[in-house]
Amino acid sequence: MRTTLTPAILAGLLVSACAFAEDAPMLSTSGKFDQPGGEALFNQVCQGCHMAEGQGSHGAGAYPALAANPKLGAKVYPVFMVTSGQGGMPGFKKYMDDQQIASVVNYVRTHFGNHYADSVTVEDVQAVTRR
Amino acid sequence: MQEKAMVVSRRKVLNWIGVTAGAAAMYQAMSSLGFAAESNYQRDFALSGAPKGTRVLILGAGLAGMTAAYELRKAGYQVKVLEFNAKPGGRCWTLRGGDRFTELGGATQHCEFDKGLYLNPGPWRIPYHHHAVLDYCHKFGVALEPFIQVNYNAMVHSTKAFDGKPQRYREVQADFQGHVAELLSKAVNQHGLDQALTREDRERLLEVMRKWGALDANNAYKKSLETSMRRGFAVDDGGGLMPEAVPSEPIDCKALLDSNLWQSIASGQEYEFQSSIFQPVGGMDMIAQAFQKQVNDLIHYNAKVTRIQQNDQGVTVTYQNSDGSGGAQQEQADWCVCTLPLSILGQLPVDVSAPMMSAIRAVPYESSIKVGLQFKRRFWEQDEHIYGGISYTDTPISKISYPSTDYGKQGKGVLLGAYIWGPNAYEFTAMSPQMRVQKAVEYGTQVHGQYPAEFENGIAVGWHRVPWTNGCYGLWTPETRQQHYKNLCQIDGRIVLAGEHASYIPAWMEGAILSSQDAIKRLHTHIIASAKAA
Repeated sequence: MRTTLTPAILAGLLVSACAFAEDAPMLSTSGKFDQPGGEALFNQVCQGCHMAEGQGSHGAGAYPALAANPKLGAKVYPVFMVTSGQGGMPGFKKYMDDQQIASVVNYVRTHFGNHYADSVTVEDVQAVTRR
Repeated sequence: MQEKAMVVSRRKVLNWIGVTAGAAAMYQAMSSLGFAAESNYQRDFALSGAPKGTRVLILGAGLAGMTAAYELRKAGYQVKVLEFNAKPGGRCWTLRGGDRFTELGGATQHCEFDKGLYLNPGPWRIPYHHHAVLDYCHKFGVALEPFIQVNYNAMVHSTKAFDGKPQRYREVQADFQGHVAELLSKAVNQHGLDQALTREDRERLLEVMRKWGALDANNAYKKSLETSMRRGFAVDDGGGLMPEAVPSEPIDCKALLDSNLWQSIASGQEYEFQSSIFQPVGGMDMIAQAFQKQVNDLIHYNAKVTRIQQNDQGVTVTYQNSDGSGGAQQEQADWCVCTLPLSILGQLPVDVSAPMMSAIRAVPYESSIKVGLQFKRRFWEQDEHIYGGISYTDTPISKISYPSTDYGKQGKGVLLGAYIWGPNAYEFTAMSPQMRVQKAVEYGTQVHGQYPAEFENGIAVGWHRVPWTNGCYGLWTPETRQQHYKNLCQIDGRIVLAGEHASYIPAWMEGAILSSQDAIKRLHTHIIASAKAA
């Protein structure tokens, strides 16, 4: 796919971002992530590495898939990963509040082929973030 | 300065001093994180006397790996390098017209810049005190030119101040300095500093403030020829019968303080951004290419490392072709210098001690974005007289940097249209490359209204999507350094690590090279000692 934007294409994009089936995102202005909901947080943060369908990716190393990932079965695990990170993955505690962490974990645990019924509560997150 | 001794009458002065203390505190914090540490460089680095036939396998052909390859071969070792990419350099990288970049997730961008125009997605400047980088540049004949960091005629922009109209750096700089000098003079004259300073010192301070801030005889900062000599004129001096100079009106003190624009002024005063700063002529990868000329015959490209084993006899590294073709292959050596980013190394099965493995797994990789934009003409020079340097904006693109080369050239130009850290960097990474470029154009238009008419094409690199690094650089904290840094840098059996992640100058090429020199120096000493003991 060629990605060069001509002014004409750009003008079209500015009118309708749907041309690329990608909504023009609202960017955070607070110095933290401003997105309140799990879906927006996934699309604007997690997707950067874990990709649009949670499928992960491979290069010299890899980003693990979140799609149909049995590790998500233990709900404290994704809460810990989002909070503190692991290996090369940064933690997001400084950029997300506990409600946002709960929302994005719940979103991932109920999408991409994951069907976990036990929701993560803010209290569950607080037990990990301790704030 | 003993800020506590200052009994200052005016809240604004206190506020300002607080800001100053904040900047100093920030600098201290950055020092403790390693950002401001000076390169501890030994000129004429050289090793010699390798035990005959000793083999060293180097993983990664970035600057750390190629430094090790160059120096170890000179010392007499049998050296081989495995590199994931089809070319050397790692993060020392330049994108030019005709280049193609496929990021993680599969999106491919074709760089459509005109000949001679480029983007450095990674490192883009070399401070004068990064001695190791500069020495290799000099040794290998890499042509350097000044990198303009501070440009007094560039813009500082806040969406929340001056109706979103960008201000000139020189106006904000001169007016902030002038207003602060005036406020401090008032504090002196209202006896606010009587306890902190003697009468003679107070008089000296008033005199210095008049010079430093371009104040008038009454210690006031106001419209005058003197203040315009700092902030620029409404009408410049000319020759012959051209109009005489007209002074310009300073920005109101309160409006300036409220704007927060002055916060951008401190950046260029930091040690690593002070003049002189350099860039290689033609793109940062000229450094990678210069190293390549020295060690290309040692490098096996397109080799993806999948396993690192060691025992008391030697090191065995398993790899496959980077495109997945072919089967597992192996390379054996007596010793190994591993420069793979920790974000990659931490995912591999590696035979190292538990403390080193913990260290490898303790360092997250930072997010960062750069967007290069090509325009039909160099309007920033032609319309706005901005030659190189950086404009600052509170929009998500954070900075716009103008090329520090080819001034006045007719035809197209490429500028750095976004350089982003923090939450917005993650958000840009999560966009398609096209959307990143679109957003950079959209926000940049607030600083330069010429954007929509002049924009042609762009290319965007989000470092978490770069297949050979999975992130920008290793993000240490004082706590993780305390717990893990030494364990990371120790020789572990027959393996030693090197790279910017194994340095106190993270994210800089200097850190990669110094780390490599230190690692191979220790390894060489260890090898000689082992050979004698055997």
